[in-house]
Amino acid sequence: MNLSLLEPGHIAIIEAIDTDQGLEQRLQALGFRQGREITLIRRAWFSGPLHVRIGTTEVMVRRREAERIYLQEISQNGALA
Amino acid sequence: MKQVAVLGMPNTGKSTFFNRLTGADASIGNWPGITVDLMMAQVKLDSIEAEIVDLPGIYDLRGYSEDEEVVRTFIDKNPLHLVLIILNATQLDRQLSLALQIKRLQVPAILFLNMADEAPKFGVEVDAEKLSERLGMPVVPISAKYGQGYDRAYQTILNLLKEQEEAIQAQPLDQCMRCDSEIAGEMGSLLQDAVTVPRNIKDNLTIRLDRILLHPVFGLPLFFLTMFLMFQLVYAIGTPIQGLMGEITDWLQTAALEPLLAGAPEMLRGFLIDGLYGGLTVVLSFVPIIILFFFAMAIVEDSGYLSRSAFLMDAFMAKLGLDGRSFVMSLMGFGCNVPAIMGTRVMRSPGLRMLTMLVIPFSLCAARLNVFIFMTAALFSATVAPIVLFSLYLFSFVAAILTAAIFQGKYKNSEPLILELPPYRFPTLKQMLLRSWSEVKHFWRWSYKFIIFGVVAIWFLNNFPPGVETASPETFSGIIGQWTQPILDPIGINPQLAIALIFGFIAKEIVIGGLAVIYGQSDGALMGAIAAQIDWVQAYSFMLFTLLYVPCLSTVAVLRSESKSWKFTAFSVIWSLVLAWVASFIFYQGARFLGF
Repeated sequence: MNLSLLEPGHIAIIEAIDTDQGLEQRLQALGFRQGREITLIRRAWFSGPLHVRIGTTEVMVRRREAERIYLQEISQNGALA
Repeated sequence: MKQVAVLGMPNTGKSTFFNRLTGADASIGNWPGITVDLMMAQVKLDSIEAEIVDLPGIYDLRGYSEDEEVVRTFIDKNPLHLVLIILNATQLDRQLSLALQIKRLQVPAILFLNMADEAPKFGVEVDAEKLSERLGMPVVPISAKYGQGYDRAYQTILNLLKEQEEAIQAQPLDQCMRCDSEIAGEMGSLLQDAVTVPRNIKDNLTIRLDRILLHPVFGLPLFFLTMFLMFQLVYAIGTPIQGLMGEITDWLQTAALEPLLAGAPEMLRGFLIDGLYGGLTVVLSFVPIIILFFFAMAIVEDSGYLSRSAFLMDAFMAKLGLDGRSFVMSLMGFGCNVPAIMGTRVMRSPGLRMLTMLVIPFSLCAARLNVFIFMTAALFSATVAPIVLFSLYLFSFVAAILTAAIFQGKYKNSEPLILELPPYRFPTLKQMLLRSWSEVKHFWRWSYKFIIFGVVAIWFLNNFPPGVETASPETFSGIIGQWTQPILDPIGINPQLAIALIFGFIAKEIVIGGLAVIYGQSDGALMGAIAAQIDWVQAYSFMLFTLLYVPCLSTVAVLRSESKSWKFTAFSVIWSLVLAWVASFIFYQGARFLGF
């Protein structure tokens, strides 16, 4: 699955990022690296951007970009789904 | 003179640190090949003289954004004695990569962990000694905002500068192919050993505030309310001060300047008072508004709410190629376009910024509102007048949206909109004052020459050739008014109104004054004279044109100083003239066709 499908309040692990190099570098600098935990905090209305947290950094990402970030979801008890 | 550069990621308080270090005495310097403004200051640290440069905040030394390009060019061309790296202690888990990249430049460096006061609130702990040992550079925790750790920071800088006799040319980064993976590996092990980040962050103020301010239902209304209050704060206080300043400069003119120059030849007197002094008062009249505007902006921006506005408005703004910050600036432009255009500097993507600057001049500012209130009072009944005013606001929005929609392809937002939403922070009074002051300096530095020159030029047009009545048909303005009739007659604008539009190029504040000079009447009598000469269709067409064409000389001046491009400035001016003419033409001819 990808980041745009994650439910608010849910946590997942970044599996892969599939974008051009410029975007990937920016994402990396903001903490989006393979294997890191990512939390979806909220979605804006009308297909607006997503509000996510990685570590202590909070970021807004547009849905189009979020679709390129692939995740492995963790179930509520912490195990990999 | 030793060369020092301050480098760090965005939102780390880098500029606050720079201001503290240099005593806020910075100016804008010039470097070969660099097009953005870089702040720099020459300071004396103990006995050592140093030139300190504040480089733009960047995420990655190898990145593709304009700012990243600027930093690379700077480092490439300028050997340095010392690099000061500023990172946010709370976000070391991702920011450490920049320190590791800088380490590879092999230039002496010090790492400052800023916001050391904020880190414990997030449960983040950093072992500075261990970090220093592993990075091979001094690591100093500080709070640039409150000044903690500053003595040690100063001493560390001093010690390293004393040791460093020669400036060092940085090693090129792009030749290191394996660097990215190496850095990722080093970062992982460094974080493991020296930094503790909690898995779940505590429920802090930011999280609680965001629940309200970014609420799906209440978020937007609260945002509009905040903007309304901010607008009121800036303009409800600023406009009377602006008026007061106008009275003071008028008084100075009648009480001192005019008696002093009473003996001078009339032409010289006119040039000095109406030209030079008039231009100076125009520049001065913007100062209070700019101070208040950036006082408010410092709060909205530094608090982190401006980034939230991008989140709230993005669904709508993205379709226009803009973002929520463009919305905030356009909205503030309804008070005055000048500071709003200056405010676009927070947007770091050149395309996004240019598009926003193209849109802002269509915001119906307070000066234009005064013209409209006068004209509607002269030509419309009290019941219709508010509807007319409202329709002009509507046109203002339509022009802005249309402009963005047409030109979003030309000014593409080259950077992906991935915006940090930093924790809420409140700026100190000192930070707000400093911001306002530096913006006033910025406005002053470039604009005063341009504005005074423009006012003198228009004065010349309105009073020459020698011996003619001011603003009469015999002046150059009058001749231009006649000349332009083939273009302006189809939109219902007669030669007198055309001269008023030439006045309006300086500032919309003086359009009514200009009309008074042209018609030789004032106030009520002026309204009567205008109403006797033109009908409501012509008046509305004149107002539409006034709404859409170049707001004022000061706007043109800041468009130039912010875009650094005459081409862009000319484009903005021409587009606004074209749009103004087309809109007025469609309205005027349409209304005439329908028999009005």
